[in-house]
Amino acid sequence: MNTIQYLIQQTINAVSVGSLYALMAIGLAMVFGILRLINFAHGDLIMVGSYAALLSLGLGAPFWTAVLIGIAASTLVGLAMERVAYRPIRGAPEVAMLLTSFAVTIFLENVAILIFSPTPRAFPTPPILSGALEFGGLRISAVDVLAILVAAVVLVLLTFFIRRSEAGVGMRAASQDLLAARLMGININRVIVMAFAIGSALAGVVGILWSIRVGKIDPLMGFYPVLKAFVASVIGGLGSLPGAVLGGYVLGFLEILLQGLLPSSLTPYRDAFVFIILIVLLLFRPNGILGSTEKEKI
Amino acid sequence: MLKLEDINVQYGNVRALKGISLEVREGELVTLLGANGAGKSTTLMTISGILRPRSGHITFEGHDLARAGAYDVVQLGIIHCPEGRRIFGGLTVFENLRMGASRRQDRRAVQADMDWVCALFPVLGKRLTQTGATLSGGEQQMLAIGRALIARPRLLMLDEPSLGLAPLIVRDIFNVIQQLHSQGVTILLVEQNARQALQIADRGYLLETGRVVLSGPVAELRANPEIERFYLGGSALPLDGKHPAGT
Repeated sequence: MNTIQYLIQQTINAVSVGSLYALMAIGLAMVFGILRLINFAHGDLIMVGSYAALLSLGLGAPFWTAVLIGIAASTLVGLAMERVAYRPIRGAPEVAMLLTSFAVTIFLENVAILIFSPTPRAFPTPPILSGALEFGGLRISAVDVLAILVAAVVLVLLTFFIRRSEAGVGMRAASQDLLAARLMGININRVIVMAFAIGSALAGVVGILWSIRVGKIDPLMGFYPVLKAFVASVIGGLGSLPGAVLGGYVLGFLEILLQGLLPSSLTPYRDAFVFIILIVLLLFRPNGILGSTEKEKI
Repeated sequence: MLKLEDINVQYGNVRALKGISLEVREGELVTLLGANGAGKSTTLMTISGILRPRSGHITFEGHDLARAGAYDVVQLGIIHCPEGRRIFGGLTVFENLRMGASRRQDRRAVQADMDWVCALFPVLGKRLTQTGATLSGGEQQMLAIGRALIARPRLLMLDEPSLGLAPLIVRDIFNVIQQLHSQGVTILLVEQNARQALQIADRGYLLETGRVVLSGPVAELRANPEIERFYLGGSALPLDGKHPAGT
């Protein structure tokens, strides 16, 4: 494999990983934009979707049916989270909301441990996705291709929704000025439910792609993805949707880049280097790459 | 049309409104006057369903508003144009106006009203695709009023529409308010600029520390020695120290 091929191969890896981070970060950013809530329990939706899909596979459901069930389960749990945990404390200080999201995380993870035990379970790769595309000395696994395609389709649809549709414009309005949005008669409950529904469904999608990539699932599997998604949205500018997507891909590239550049004795500490770069970035752009540089709204 | 009876509102331990009663009749322009902290904005926020009264009744055309949420209040046609403009800075002028029309289903009529608002504020028509944040302060205030008008309010509540604007723009804004009033729009106007407000309103209420201390037709209020001294008195500057700074 020559250098060019190696670079292309690694770029594809980075785009694939970045796609997953971006899809996760969108969910975080949507909710944060409106509610100023950093929903750490977002990661557990990945776990919920994966277990639901695995369970349906175990009951004999065809693979794509299991995928749909997984996404539906993530969405339902995400909506339940909003209704039961976050709606009652809407308008509370940000710290209270953050702590509530930790509580939701601990609750969901422990329920999963009770039901499924902490032991990881193998997540099967369906035959269609176990192959790889090979051409010109490159090898791209079918899961990577799927992740990249899914992210591309989702981003196009989401952009259209956010830019054009009444609900999408309402969502942007609510994230800029919640009070003004309420005074204009925008149905805030509906906007928030929609943000949770979209974010949770995307978490379900990521869960399945992630589980196929890793090959196993466990009740605490959501921790790293949500952390990465959080970092991605901070890189891009917390609360900004384009920022979240950009941050996801930037993070994907950073990780793959460091993986390739660091001497092998340091690769286990790759994430530490990622965070160093994040700290440096935030020193120069405290609001992220696309975050507004303006101070508080007047 | 709108009636508040003995409304009490509390922020934590602070009693912001202590038994406010007031009324706005159909087609009237009523102004709420008073210094900072008198409870003017709180009154509007309570009518809008953003704040819940501790006690008292609010009725609008027979509907009980004391327990209604902001969304329901807007559905009834009460539109509150908040203090400080609060336009959506990242949205285009067109999108801002579109959000103002959220309560309406009649898309074609909304389109006609877009033209009407753009005729009222020609500068908005020229800036439809610009984001709100790029507008000047006066233009933003026009957008805020336009955004409220496009909802076809049955009752329009304006909170300090002249705050922080240059005198010429203030004159324009007051002209538009007067024009709306003559077209039959019912308006509840909160102003620090008592002189201007008392010129165009039908009736007024003077609030002090959460209470209505005076009310009546504007001619009566203008003649009142207390209003004369504290709110209209010789000095051009309002007494509370809020200078009408340029934008």
